[in-house]
Amino acid sequence: MLEIRNLHAGVEGAEILHGIDLAVNAGEIHAIMGPNGSGKSTLAQVLAGHEAYSVTEGEVIYEGQDLLDMDPDERAVHGVFLAFQYPVEIPGVNSAYFLRTALNALRTARDEEEVDAIDFLTLIRDKLKLVEMDEKFLKRSVNEGFSGGEKKRHEILQMAVLEPRLAILDETDSGLDIDALRIVANGVNTLYSADKATIVVTHYQRLLNNIVPDFVHVMLDGRIVQSGDKTLALELEEKGYDWIKEEHATHSV
Amino acid sequence: MSSQARELETLATSDYKFGWVTDIEQESAPPGLNEDIIRFISEKKNEPDWLLEWRLKAYRHWLTMTDPLKRKKSEQWAMVTYPDIDYQSIVYYAAPKNAGDGPASLDEVDPELLATYEKLGIPLEEQKMLAGVAVDAVFDSVSVATTFKETLAEAGVIFCSFSEAVQDHPDLVRQYLGSVVPHTDNYFAALNSAVFSDGSFCYIPKGVRCPMELSTYFRINAANTGQFERTLVIAEEGAYVSYLEGCTAPMRDENQLHAAVVELVALDNAQIKYSTVQNWYPGDIDGKGGIYNFVTKRGACRGANSKISWTQVETGSAITWKYPSCILQGDNSVGEFYSVAVTSLKQQADTGTKMIHIGKNTRSTVISKGISALLGQNTYRGAVQVLKGAHNARNFTQCDSMLIGDQCGAHTFPYIDVRNPSAQVEHEATTSKIGEDQIFYCNQRGISTEDAVSMIVNGFCKEVLAELPMEFAVEAQKLLGISLEGSVG
Ligand SMILES: Nc1ncnc2c1ncn2[C@@H]1O[C@H](COP(=O)(O)OP(=O)(O)OP(=O)(O)O)[C@@H](O)[C@H]1O
Ligand SMILES: [Mg+2]
Repeated sequence: MLEIRNLHAGVEGAEILHGIDLAVNAGEIHAIMGPNGSGKSTLAQVLAGHEAYSVTEGEVIYEGQDLLDMDPDERAVHGVFLAFQYPVEIPGVNSAYFLRTALNALRTARDEEEVDAIDFLTLIRDKLKLVEMDEKFLKRSVNEGFSGGEKKRHEILQMAVLEPRLAILDETDSGLDIDALRIVANGVNTLYSADKATIVVTHYQRLLNNIVPDFVHVMLDGRIVQSGDKTLALELEEKGYDWIKEEHATHSV
Repeated sequence: MSSQARELETLATSDYKFGWVTDIEQESAPPGLNEDIIRFISEKKNEPDWLLEWRLKAYRHWLTMTDPLKRKKSEQWAMVTYPDIDYQSIVYYAAPKNAGDGPASLDEVDPELLATYEKLGIPLEEQKMLAGVAVDAVFDSVSVATTFKETLAEAGVIFCSFSEAVQDHPDLVRQYLGSVVPHTDNYFAALNSAVFSDGSFCYIPKGVRCPMELSTYFRINAANTGQFERTLVIAEEGAYVSYLEGCTAPMRDENQLHAAVVELVALDNAQIKYSTVQNWYPGDIDGKGGIYNFVTKRGACRGANSKISWTQVETGSAITWKYPSCILQGDNSVGEFYSVAVTSLKQQADTGTKMIHIGKNTRSTVISKGISALLGQNTYRGAVQVLKGAHNARNFTQCDSMLIGDQCGAHTFPYIDVRNPSAQVEHEATTSKIGEDQIFYCNQRGISTEDAVSMIVNGFCKEVLAELPMEFAVEAQKLLGISLEGSVG
């Protein structure tokens, strides 16, 4: 589904990703872990097409197409979704309007019929239940005044409405209380199907108890330095990153 | 100009959907301004002597005034720059032929004109119109049609062209004309008083709630012509009216002057809601062409508990220079000003309001949203005056600016003058940049950049748009999107 080959990317002159290789197949869940500042969010933003980052080398093939060649909204149309680490506020635009506009933009681009206001309400009520959010959020401006946890749940609500094929969750578990963590994980698991794939960026094993990954990768200084199965996350939880850093340091000498 | 700028230019100007010209036989005065021209206009309109004298007095006063542009630099307070206007090269009267005798009944209106308004989205045949909206259509210097006159007459409401009002209701016109904006008020008000050609007149009698929205649609068509219309709205005791004006003009390389005067009078317990959706041709990215929109609008809350509310959505014009204001004379009277001003391309806007608190317990609210894109310059200039006798006066002003790109500008000049210690005056101001991150967030959800800008801007202007009559709010929302197309990425 997704194949990243030797991806180098960064901001104005400073390279942040120094050659990422990663293959994700349909039906798989990949976890990306790694210390602060190692480039996890950068990778997520590059995959979503943020223009602040430029790709200097390498390629990304998504469902047989050159992902890097697509505009961000085109990527969304093709089923790429990013749950942001820091969701953005849009004052004066209520969540319901925003979500319906997004859904209809995707549907129009895919030559499907638009959803009218009434059908949308039925649909969204269903999805609200999934993330256990109150209907009153629909009337509030997108993310404005939302608590940290509410913002994250709102991201999963959007994912539930837009039904992406490739979902990238950037620290969606950070700032969540125990119940919210369960709700988010449950949402992700419910939306899972064999033709979809998920990349979860996280710092914590506890999320991976609920969303069980097929693969775990560790990023360090803009590279994936170690990959393994779910036991790698447990090992990291126990030992921290130092042993990987050391190992990596000796390797790269 | 870079190729990208050129691309923007094509985008931006091709978006002005009202830029065509109606090919119609015109009758016009020769260019230039002198007493003979004023006599010509007055005679064309078959005006009574007192009105001719009124015009001439204004003209003579105008001659003694200094063009704001020719004042000493230190006295030029508006943040706008433009080349000298040659008042002798302007045509002060232009009218479609046959329209000279005042507005005809709809059957007699030139089909070319009906087609013009239809193309502008304002069908004048009553069966095709928005239910509940009466329209006065002003084409260059004259009103060409007014709809639903009979329905309104049944309620006792007078809604007609200004010229007609002069003929049919001279006493009302004489009583109120210039009573809110005297001809001495400012340079452009004096000019307007001398040469005004037409406009709308509306009178709501005591205790009547006007049964429909009233609206005037202004169209400048002829070249080298100035448009100087005069609008007068009078709401007697306990009356209510909601009034809306819309404006467009063809794309021309020369600048055209629009210097209107609007006067509102609200007596005891009366309410006037006055909305404007202004979309005159804005000119191009090099600042070529476009309308100079130099307008004086003022409302007098003469009666106790009266209320005047201005709502404006200003997307057009090369230069906008206007301050719809309220004189809060009556005790407990209320003034409101809700404004969205967009400056894109090379547009300049210096706009705001003046709230003058005279009566006790008078209240005013000012919400201003300025949006600047490309090379646009947007200035909010607002004054709040609380006079000695205005016990317990309250004002709340909120003034938000949004910048799109980094070559545009936003400026805020609040003037506050409080002479009564019991007054409460609050001013809040914010400036934000439409964020790359906001747009990216929308993009990531599948929303195109243009739709994202339109959505974010509409969200920013929400409180103001909510004040527009329903039928026009949707139109205004679309207009905001269209006027900012091509301003990002
Ligand atoms: N737009 C930017 N401009 C400048 N530096 C940036 C930018 N984006 C990322 N960086 C830098 O790149 C590095 C990687 O940042 P990134 O946000 O990808 O890390 P992360 O692995 O997601 O960290 P965290 O776990 O703290 O979220 C950091 O040093 C960061 O400061
Ligand atoms: Mg991060």
